Amino acid sequence: MSSENYNPVFDESEMKTVQNYISKYPQPMAALMPVLWMIQDKYGWISLEAMKYVGDILNLPADHVLGVATFYTMYFKKPVGKFHLQICTNVSCMLCGGYEIFNHVSESLGIKNKETTQDGMFSIEEVECLGSCGTAPMLQINNKEYYENLTTGSVDKLLDSLRQNSK
Amino acid sequence: MEKIILKDIPGLEKIDVYLANGGYTAFRKVLTDMTGDQVIDEVKKSGLRGRGGACFSTGLKWSFFPRKSEKTKYLCCNGDESEPGSFKDREIFEKNPHQFIEGALITAAALDIEYIYIYIRGEYWRWINIMEECVAETYKKGFAGKNILGSGKSVEMYIHKGAGAYICGEETSLLNSLEGKRGYPRIKPPYPANVGAWGNPTIINNIETLANIPEIINKGAEWFSKIGDPRQPGTLLYGVSGHVNKPGIYELPTGIPLMTLINDYSGGVKDGKKIKMVIPGGSSMPPLTQEEALKAKMDNESLKEFHSLIGTAGVIVMAEGTDVVDVIRRVTKFYYHESCGQCTPCREGCGWMLKVLNRMMDGTGRQSDIDLLSSVAKNIDGNTICALGEAAAWPVKWSIIKFRKDFEDKIKDKTLKLPVLNKVHGLRESDEYDTITFDSEQEVVEDLIGSVQELDNNEDVRKFSS
Repeated sequence: MSSENYNPVFDESEMKTVQNYISKYPQPMAALMPVLWMIQDKYGWISLEAMKYVGDILNLPADHVLGVATFYTMYFKKPVGKFHLQICTNVSCMLCGGYEIFNHVSESLGIKNKETTQDGMFSIEEVECLGSCGTAPMLQINNKEYYENLTTGSVDKLLDSLRQNSK
Repeated sequence: MEKIILKDIPGLEKIDVYLANGGYTAFRKVLTDMTGDQVIDEVKKSGLRGRGGACFSTGLKWSFFPRKSEKTKYLCCNGDESEPGSFKDREIFEKNPHQFIEGALITAAALDIEYIYIYIRGEYWRWINIMEECVAETYKKGFAGKNILGSGKSVEMYIHKGAGAYICGEETSLLNSLEGKRGYPRIKPPYPANVGAWGNPTIINNIETLANIPEIINKGAEWFSKIGDPRQPGTLLYGVSGHVNKPGIYELPTGIPLMTLINDYSGGVKDGKKIKMVIPGGSSMPPLTQEEALKAKMDNESLKEFHSLIGTAGVIVMAEGTDVVDVIRRVTKFYYHESCGQCTPCREGCGWMLKVLNRMMDGTGRQSDIDLLSSVAKNIDGNTICALGEAAAWPVKWSIIKFRKDFEDKIKDKTLKLPVLNKVHGLRESDEYDTITFDSEQEVVEDLIGSVQELDNNEDVRKFSS
């Protein structure tokens, strides 16, 4: 998913999407968050070059883009694994074994918080409450699908199926 | 029991089912038979209070709105939902999204608003997709867009996806985020009603609040005001989590006893254990002890008796054997992580509190640390731009008051006393104030100053005893 370095560029249809975002708001600056999402969806993470590029498109200073990109935790400022596992350990998850899940995944993959496995397949991150307290413990993959009511057994199965699918 | 939002109608999330079950009758009524003032009056009379945590009267909030203003006006629907223990809005997105959308459209029609932004936290990828579809359907049916149902009113509706910041649930922070900036809360006044998004009049309401509006219009303010506790009428979407057998969202009237919620609806405490602590309204609300939990009723005014509040009605239940200090440490870690960094008391204070709680958990806590924690919490409380300061300070402050023994038990070395810490924080009540030597004072100050740096470098996830 993530490439180490990339040359950020939008094609014609993507530029149309950008224009569509701009048209939703009275000022183009407001399109910044959606456009950063576009970059991340396309390249897997947001590099400094990409921030400059986004700044150029929206006519914003690069430091403003940097400020916004670094403020929000869901924008990745460095490459992550093909499967980025975001494991919640906040109160409700913690009470239901969120830390056990985190430690189990961390040990079985041999990586610590915010690290990536050598093959680039997995990375893990301890995240704050994802609003899944009634179905704790849980994790999210690549800012998308939720996996809830986890046990160490079900996490193992999940990791296996991810490995299988990527082959 | 009658439900207002999470009704037991299969397929209600589909617009056709929603329409077949009385959907959009309220909106049509507002467009054809009611003036804006009548709608505001009705909502005011219903006694509906905001469901986002502050519990402010929705009708009153609307009545401050300059709806005759010639400026472009905005409605922001707050679906940032990031309070630990709170997971109700996603239930609305999933089970009855069109009632919320209708509520938003009624609000816009009543207040002469032209643009609606639905702000949803970025993590809710699945529910954002659901809502994108729902908004498209709303346009297709002609309830949004230009000249709605021939009324001459026009409303555009957009979804804005967040990107992972708890603070963006704070209304002015949400506005900055919407404008494409860092989510820094703004100083109030001016209030968003007058100077909001892009400097224009803006109303910000919680998703659950808006989802209540259609039924208030359909069935009347009087009907609504008779449900639950009269001081905060209606139902709440209680989100029960933690050590219970059946965690989940339960829609019940306000003012029900907490134990009814836990025992009759959530299947009781796991393994038949006793309760140790209950957080009644999301992690920022002061916790309740077992005795308080037995007596507590679930509405804002009743909970004040126990120095707590209803917040977002996210109930976190902790059974006997739970380490209170560890829980409070985890809560504090959250606020340390989520502090936007604008105000010094919150930015530094959360780090200090976390550092002290970490060392208590490590077994290197000091006798004076408990008072130090209270003192830091006291100095955050009320000294920040937004309520995140209070949200961070309250759990610490009140858990020390209510569970002091648990904190004392954490201190292994009872002889280690460094009352100078109190001096650093201006708390001069300690008897030992004069017993400090210069050296120990210096050491402690360095210790404190080094704290935030040290926390940042420590990326390891720490697991303690519980």
